[in-house]
Amino acid sequence: MFQSMPLWPPRASTLANNVDALYIFLIVVSALMSFAIFIMVIFFAVRYRRQPGRRAEQIDGSHALEITWSIIPFCVFMVFFGWGARIYFQERKPPQDSAEIYTVAKQWMWKFEHMEGQREINELHVPVGRDVKMIMTSQDVIHSFFVPAFRIKQDVLPGRYTVAWFHPTKAGTYHLFCAEYCGTSHSGMVGSVVVMEPKDYEAWMGGGGTQPLAVTGQQLFAQLGCATCHRQDTQGRGPNLVGIYNKPVLLEDGRTVVADDNYIRESILQPAAKVVNGFKPLMPTFQGQISDEQLNALVAYVKSLSQASGQTGGKSMAAATAQPQM
Amino acid sequence: MPTAVLETGERETYLNREYGIKSWLLTVDHKRIALLYLMGITFFFFIGGFFALLIRLELLTPAGDLVQADTYNKLFTMHGQIMVFFFLIPAVPAVLGNFLIPIMIGAKDLAFPRINLLSWYLYIIGGLLMVYTILNGGVDTGWTFYTPLSTEFLKTNVVTAALAVFVSGFSSILTGLNFIVTIHRMRAPGMTWNRLPLFVWAHYATSIIQVLGTPVVAIAIVLVALERVLHLGIFNPALGGDPLLFQHLFWFYSHPAVYIMILPGMGIISEIVCCFSRKRIFGYKAMALALLGIAVVGFLVWAHHMFVAGISLYAAMIFSLLSYFVAVPSAIKVFNWTSTMYKGSITYQTPMLYAFGFIGLFTMGGLTGLFLACLGIDVHVTDTYFVVAHFHYIMVGGMVMAYLGGMHFWWPKISGKMYPEGWGRLAALLVFVGFNLTFFPQFILGYMGMPRRYWDYSHSPEFQILNVLSTAGATILAVGYLLPMVYFLWSMRYGKPAPDNPWNAAGLEWMIPSPPPTFNFEHEPVVTWEAYNYDEIKEEVPVAH
Repeated sequence: MFQSMPLWPPRASTLANNVDALYIFLIVVSALMSFAIFIMVIFFAVRYRRQPGRRAEQIDGSHALEITWSIIPFCVFMVFFGWGARIYFQERKPPQDSAEIYTVAKQWMWKFEHMEGQREINELHVPVGRDVKMIMTSQDVIHSFFVPAFRIKQDVLPGRYTVAWFHPTKAGTYHLFCAEYCGTSHSGMVGSVVVMEPKDYEAWMGGGGTQPLAVTGQQLFAQLGCATCHRQDTQGRGPNLVGIYNKPVLLEDGRTVVADDNYIRESILQPAAKVVNGFKPLMPTFQGQISDEQLNALVAYVKSLSQASGQTGGKSMAAATAQPQM
Repeated sequence: MPTAVLETGERETYLNREYGIKSWLLTVDHKRIALLYLMGITFFFFIGGFFALLIRLELLTPAGDLVQADTYNKLFTMHGQIMVFFFLIPAVPAVLGNFLIPIMIGAKDLAFPRINLLSWYLYIIGGLLMVYTILNGGVDTGWTFYTPLSTEFLKTNVVTAALAVFVSGFSSILTGLNFIVTIHRMRAPGMTWNRLPLFVWAHYATSIIQVLGTPVVAIAIVLVALERVLHLGIFNPALGGDPLLFQHLFWFYSHPAVYIMILPGMGIISEIVCCFSRKRIFGYKAMALALLGIAVVGFLVWAHHMFVAGISLYAAMIFSLLSYFVAVPSAIKVFNWTSTMYKGSITYQTPMLYAFGFIGLFTMGGLTGLFLACLGIDVHVTDTYFVVAHFHYIMVGGMVMAYLGGMHFWWPKISGKMYPEGWGRLAALLVFVGFNLTFFPQFILGYMGMPRRYWDYSHSPEFQILNVLSTAGATILAVGYLLPMVYFLWSMRYGKPAPDNPWNAAGLEWMIPSPPPTFNFEHEPVVTWEAYNYDEIKEEVPVAH
């Protein structure tokens, strides 16, 4: 009747080992704390049950004891906090040269686009041993990218990019779930992450024959007329975009922002929101005129302009250096 | 104490003073209003429970085969909305708090009896809007109303459900206001702050949250309705809005709301543990301060619901840290209840069994809360069954256990009749066993990665056996909940008449007749004793027969 019943999800990323270690620590400590309480409650309930001839002894309390059982748990909690925060930092900070995969979520499917141009729906192929960064947005409601085997989860929002990353360690096929309730077929918004040995991955990748995402972006850049103002010199009516990715930008109103994925995205959709110092807000909005996929291609292209100049930009799986992690 | 006598020769009580539907619907007696609330919340508890049972039956098999996907989404949405807004939040304050607070502080009624009745009507209007929503086809936003799903994408009755929550919110605000003023202004001579029963302190802390927090969720929910109708662009990014703003507003109330639900339960447990241990509470001041501490710090932790939602790394760090701060007063409370039993003279009547259950289940619910406050773990387990299990341990294992414990403890006072002790103990045992069987497997399911709100898990058959255990537990739990309903009703007609103080308990409510007369006290009492003066009460708890 039942399939095999594992009590633990597979462990297929570097992060999974760290999360599980902390989880086991939490289980042990909280089991000790709860058993201490259960045993005390049961012991007192039996030992001090009503017996003829004995009356309750009144005790007002004890500040010394109360301080003890405030400070000791507090110190234990701070260990939980510190350890958890360390892992969270690791989760939230993708390594500099991760391979990037653009993700568009919609009711009720996952669309992936590799830098090499391969597109997938509800299935994501990645090689063992690479850092992979998911740059995600949603076409409609909030979704959440959840791969239990990697112990990662990140909500995917409409109107902005959110980022998740992982470093697969074991070949296999793993569940991909949408973890944020998103309407009728929420439980059907599932898929799989296929982690492959590098040579299998090369073979899979070779089967495609599509053009890289940044090239698609470059064509769009020309098609939409972006290149007339964003010239690769200082004469354009818009800022030169070469080398700007992940660099601070001084705005008209004196603020400085970092030109990250979300900034590039916003500047295309709402150009007037953050105008670069020295330029006029001339650019028309592209909100509602281009799809999320086209937007991703444009962002990938703008980022690729920084790669050429030696900056870090969007990397393909091949360009991302394979390196063992921790 | 001499009391008025009716023509029939019976003693006059709040129950037999007047008869007829009008005498109930227009009453301003806090005790009668408490019973009106009791009917309302019991109705909604069984509706919400029925939805829960359907959810558990659907999950018995991996395929979505019992109901349609949309129906399932409506079931968990309405289960959540009904249980949170129409059962958990009002249950203890509006029933037991309403009935007991004036009596416990030696007052004739609440400070604003008519506003008290108004709160009940608001609750009923909100409730009727909810019932209308259900009958009109339901709503499937999830109880959290997350935008932009709720505002732009669903075609169900979001606006009426939002109005239902909005209106019942005002009932909650007015009840809180009434309690705060009553506790400040209506205490009998000698009933100083340091002599208040912890039940009253717990409701004081709860009322502060109700008054300060509820307006925020009310506004957030109204904005959802307005955005849905007028497309204002507050939460919808396509119109320049921010969906995370809604989550901040929603959780700013809805996290403290967790404490609205659990703090009154903590008050009940303090009364019960003291009575059945024949002891003063261990560390009265620490217990009262812990209640206030939880209420205050509870306002500063809301974004721990949003660690994967897209908030900044540093915001997440701060909210994780603050979440651990709120755990300390909760830990103090558990240790102090346990210590109260030390060297007591303990008996195991039904209310005490519920108190044992509460301490155990609240401890587990609290400790698993520490897992969720822990950033690295939360990323993996949030939005899975781990969260579902955690908050049911607090809400059902904690709050509902406390509520049932309190109902058994004060039922003799409320109804003037004893409930059958043997059946009471059996039901308490069934609730405890059924509860653990239902929800413990869900912790494991959650860590394995089963997301919550999934109608169909045929892609992951490895989740089935734990779901089967959970459904089996829910069946036992259902029996455990039906039993008290049946024997409480039975006892109203056939139960043995309750003495004024069936437990030989401390507290003003036990010094007046059961059931109490309309104005509670013949003469204004003068309090000369501390709370839980069990050293001055020589008699033990009478042995049940």
